[in-house]
Amino acid sequence: MNMTDTVDPLIEVIDIQKHYQRLRAVDGVSLSIGRGSCFGLLGPNGAGKTTLIEIIEDIIDPTGGTILYKGASRAAQFRQEVGIMFQQTALLSFLTVAETLQTFSRLYDNTEPISHLIQLCHLEEVKGQLNDKISGGQKQRLLLALALLNRPELVFLDEPSTGLDPQARRNLWDIIKTVKSQGRTIVLTTHYMEEAEKLCDDIAIMDKGKVIARGEPQALIQIHCRRATLSVPKDQFPEKPDTLQGFINERGDRIQIRTENVNAVVGQLLSMGVDMRGVNVKTPTLEDVFLKLTGRSLRE
Amino acid sequence: MRFKRLWAIFNARNREFFRDRAAFGWNFLFPFLIILGFGVIFKGDYQSQFKVGLFPIPHDASVNSSKDFLPDSFATFKAISFVGFETRVQGMDKLKHHKIDLLIEAGTQPILYWVSDSSPSGAIAERLLKGALAPPETSNRFEKKDIQGLQVRYIDWLFPGVLGMNMMFSALYGVGWVVVRYRKNGVLKRLKATPLTAFEYLAAQLLSRIFLLMFTLVIVWVGCDLLLGFRVYGSLLNLFLVFLAGSTCMTSLGLVIASRGTSEEFTNGVLNFISWPMMFLSEVWFSIEGAPAWLQASAKIFPLTHLLKAARQVMNEGQGLWAVMPEITILYAMTLVFLLFGAALFSWNK
Ligand SMILES: Nc1ncnc2c1ncn2[C@@H]1O[C@H](COP(=O)(O)OP(=O)(O)O)[C@@H](O)[C@H]1O
Ligand SMILES: [Mg+2]
Repeated sequence: MNMTDTVDPLIEVIDIQKHYQRLRAVDGVSLSIGRGSCFGLLGPNGAGKTTLIEIIEDIIDPTGGTILYKGASRAAQFRQEVGIMFQQTALLSFLTVAETLQTFSRLYDNTEPISHLIQLCHLEEVKGQLNDKISGGQKQRLLLALALLNRPELVFLDEPSTGLDPQARRNLWDIIKTVKSQGRTIVLTTHYMEEAEKLCDDIAIMDKGKVIARGEPQALIQIHCRRATLSVPKDQFPEKPDTLQGFINERGDRIQIRTENVNAVVGQLLSMGVDMRGVNVKTPTLEDVFLKLTGRSLRE
Repeated sequence: MRFKRLWAIFNARNREFFRDRAAFGWNFLFPFLIILGFGVIFKGDYQSQFKVGLFPIPHDASVNSSKDFLPDSFATFKAISFVGFETRVQGMDKLKHHKIDLLIEAGTQPILYWVSDSSPSGAIAERLLKGALAPPETSNRFEKKDIQGLQVRYIDWLFPGVLGMNMMFSALYGVGWVVVRYRKNGVLKRLKATPLTAFEYLAAQLLSRIFLLMFTLVIVWVGCDLLLGFRVYGSLLNLFLVFLAGSTCMTSLGLVIASRGTSEEFTNGVLNFISWPMMFLSEVWFSIEGAPAWLQASAKIFPLTHLLKAARQVMNEGQGLWAVMPEITILYAMTLVFLLFGAALFSWNK
């Protein structure tokens, strides 16, 4: 995979390998992450996302390859400048949420006032409670707050919303969007294409330790899955569809038209007198991109 | 090295200790109950050590009124208690099962008695009896010296042992097991993601545990002393310094165990493997004076052995700091070795 040229890279990943005995968890990944971007590693479970992100975080050592941060190898200052939210972490037991934030905040030189973080991450009602007495969503928000304590330039989020219900997930996304708007660089992993589409402006799709596609979400879709699908009720469908610009097939009591040019087809259908209220348009997603590239779906 | 970071972890660890009600209570209650229990059993008096059976004693007669035929010095010896049996068969049965040490037929002249060849205390009881029967002039050849002033009650001897044992368990498990659990559940990994250094983390664990051990020691000491009244011949300050050296050394040993691994079960095995022999060979409960020389020599690898030797010298014999300096030096030398090993082996992840 050739490196996509990023104008102002904060992180450069150069030919990273991680082998566990015969398993190649990360198999020669090179990419660069631009300053101020929200970069997403998207892939199914076991793709190697956690392994790769933890190598970039300097938590585990790669079998081979190099990581550059601001153009040089990571020095002690790296820890002061990055914030990390792991996929799974237990917290110190018998401390309250506020005490946990305080304890971690003493580990850094330059910190955000804890009251700001409590507000940003909606932890007001639980700040006096013990860490092990809070809900899953609250715990994720606390872990996010811990990752933001040191006003990091670079924030790592490993599957931030996995295991949360849709409401809690949307709350978390809102907070991450706020963090993004503060100009911080974010690197996140996810196996939810929706999460990647909503939050990321740059994506690498990973499978079996390799990056199989790289780019902006919309561009990836444009390149790999140009066709949208229109679905028209059978009884509405025109008698002579030959002029429609697309591939037509029958699915039960509906007719599907797959096309690269949705607008043209919609115009044609309208001119043929089709009632648009019964027509569905499904545009391709990153899920379709993954399916196209691997023949498998993201969620197995 | 930032003191602020060390202090943050030190405080978090202390909070955890004081808030973990179950473990907290146990840390204080356990040594307290043991000492209190032994205090009640060994009331401070010399307790009878030998049981001598007499027969035939009718079941309505008192055994004390039936022992006039025995020499006075034997019949009234403090370390002997007498039990009466109605028949010889009953008495023989108890003797065979080592329930009594000696069986005597009442009113016989010369005195008829039975003793089991396989019982060491039977042999001693027999000697006591023979000694009492021997002609009076022989007793002039000995002179009994009084050791009143320095008599050490068993409970006074046991007390430092139990405190040291509690310290040992708390140091090994409170550091060894806890850090391994934190490595397993990812707390250490989360800390690794911060500027905290391994040295700062380990130093905080060490200092917190030493502080908690000494705190526990003082509380348990005062509590037991109020209830049982211990006799300390040496200086309390010296005793404190001895225990401080001991807790530092055993906590450092805990750090070595904590330095690697993510399996709580495996660590538990290692901890048992170290702490049980240490408990028995370091003379917590009994002296190993009579044990083979190699066993006594190998007991010296345990920090607890040196801690207890020094603590007893100060507490029971009234020795000064200078006399226990060899022990204190050994403890700090061991500490240094443990710390070097612990720091060299330490890993946040695995
Ligand atoms: N410490 C490890 N030892 C052995 N295999 C591992 C280890 N960590 C991860 N793996 C394996 O590496 C592969 C990638 O894992 P991971 O990076 O966690 O994937 P993802 O985060 O994309 O779900 C998986 O097959 C996983 O089983
Ligand atoms: Mg993962």
